[in-house]
Amino acid sequence: MVETADEQRAPARRAPGFLSQLLRNRKASIGLAVVALITLLAILSPWIVRDPGAFLSIPLQPPSSEFWFGTTGQGQDVFAQTLYGARTSLWVGFLVGTVVVIIGTSVGVAAGYFGGAVDDVLTTLINVFLIMPGLPLAVVLAAYLPAGPLTLAFVLVVTGWSWHARVIRAQTLALRHKDFVNAAIVGGESHARIMFVEILPNMTSLIVSGFIGATVYAIGAQVGLEFLGLGDVSVVTWGTNLYWAANNQALLTESWWTIVPTGFGIAIVGFALVMINFAIDEVTNPRLKAEGAWNAKLEAARVKPGFSTPVLRKADG
Amino acid sequence: MAEPLLSVNNLCVEYVTPAGPVRAVDDISFEISPGEVFGLAGESGCGKSTAALAVLRLLPPPAVITGGSVLFQGEDVLAMDEAALRRFRWRRLSLVFQSAMNALNPVLTIGAQITDVIETHERVSRAEAWDRAEHLVKLVGIDPMRLRSYPHQLSGGMRQRVVIAIALALEPPMMIMDEPTTALDVVVQKEIMRQIAELKDQLGFSILFITHDLSLMIEFSNRIGILYAGKLVEVAEARELFENPRHPYTRGLMSSFPPLRGPRRQLTGIGGSPPDMLHPPEGCRFHPRCAEALVQCRTKSPELQPASANASVACHLHHEAER
Repeated sequence: MVETADEQRAPARRAPGFLSQLLRNRKASIGLAVVALITLLAILSPWIVRDPGAFLSIPLQPPSSEFWFGTTGQGQDVFAQTLYGARTSLWVGFLVGTVVVIIGTSVGVAAGYFGGAVDDVLTTLINVFLIMPGLPLAVVLAAYLPAGPLTLAFVLVVTGWSWHARVIRAQTLALRHKDFVNAAIVGGESHARIMFVEILPNMTSLIVSGFIGATVYAIGAQVGLEFLGLGDVSVVTWGTNLYWAANNQALLTESWWTIVPTGFGIAIVGFALVMINFAIDEVTNPRLKAEGAWNAKLEAARVKPGFSTPVLRKADG
Repeated sequence: MAEPLLSVNNLCVEYVTPAGPVRAVDDISFEISPGEVFGLAGESGCGKSTAALAVLRLLPPPAVITGGSVLFQGEDVLAMDEAALRRFRWRRLSLVFQSAMNALNPVLTIGAQITDVIETHERVSRAEAWDRAEHLVKLVGIDPMRLRSYPHQLSGGMRQRVVIAIALALEPPMMIMDEPTTALDVVVQKEIMRQIAELKDQLGFSILFITHDLSLMIEFSNRIGILYAGKLVEVAEARELFENPRHPYTRGLMSSFPPLRGPRRQLTGIGGSPPDMLHPPEGCRFHPRCAEALVQCRTKSPELQPASANASVACHLHHEAER
């Protein structure tokens, strides 16, 4: 007759992991699919399309069955240039994102965790880089250093790391005096372990969004610099595509097909990355999801959310 | 019996979650008369704070009140709009928050925080509001000099007294006290509870008192409601509940703490843990942990029915006719 609670209880379901939750989120799956598709196309482009540098046909042909996206002012294949351009642009973008996150996170966590003189020195450094106007400095550096994608990546890291470091330092300061950190210190854990095992995982969403923000910034800024002619114009990238399109008077000749594919590529990658960012926000902050469900329920009942707890009586409709 | 001051009827509160609604308060009803202290007790997560805050419509998202009525002096709180709620809260029903540490703003003086409440709700001059603030802190046993202090300059007990003074500021006919002394040690707790009792006798307000400390509650309340998994399982006068707890859950609670006087006895407590509120058990929600569960407990949810002149219980064991 008497049953114990344990026999009765349904088997406890394990909370789904971060990754599987992310994959189940609609925004994340759209964003990841788009980024994966474009990355795949970029990687496989040498086997898919013609040589983007070759002068193949009559200049400025509109899109046709032979040249899907038309030809450039030099008679090159725009479709090939768009796919090849993604290779360098995405590679530089993700490289800058990764390096910015590594430098920014290390400096930020160290400054916030150690405090005192270490914090003073690092914060001054961060502030110096923050105060420098990013794009003008990037223009100057790119103009003086030998042209090329790696130079651009270097320039973008130099001008971009401090934002992330600043955010991470502030969050580390907030976590630094929590009891679990004090407990770790009392427990005799090393500084490195406390910083990277105790404190860092609390900032996963910040770090990931920092990475995505830096990547979007890097892709945009790189295109901008190359458009101004500050990159190596002989390399095919999204930026140089636009540079050559402008040089060949794309607007005057009304050859829209030389700018739209590249512009669309930049926009869609930025859009997909931002979608992933939103999704990570939702997954790491379950409250956002619950409030979404709450809002939907109120909307269905045509009740406006206010400051007070809403009343939805089932009986009176 | 006098007209009830507050009458809660079939109140239901749900939390909307992506996994489905969680019914934190399920169809509970109780009444509080003028000058009465009504206690709500139960373990963590049983819905006692949710029920109390729903009465003030103060639950944050994703909470939704899905049914019932809350009549305060005959007026339905659930039908009020924002403006009416603003007039209703504090002047007619005030709240003593659980954590005095977080309820007081650290950058404003105690005096500023008390006069703020008075000036928001009544047309009075600054000097008059200040005089009343001095009177209020004296009521709760604090030197009026302290009005110029900041919260961090006061001890935990003093801060809790200040929070009580703020709740008293507009002399409401009723107060909700959500675990007012949980963060304090027993000596300070005793002192504050004595003070609240004195003020109650002096000013005649009613209290909806929430705690998981059953001994404190029995000493302090006139009537007590026991909540389990969002349902009221027993409502009885304090004395009767103490001497003759009827519901197996109430009996379990009673045997979970030692008596101060009398012979020492083995503490038994209650086996198992509270149910998953997303999938509450069928029938009586307590049956998986109940040592005396009957067959119908698994399928049929018991109704709260009178068991004596001043006690009701929701348990098949006590509803002989249904057996």
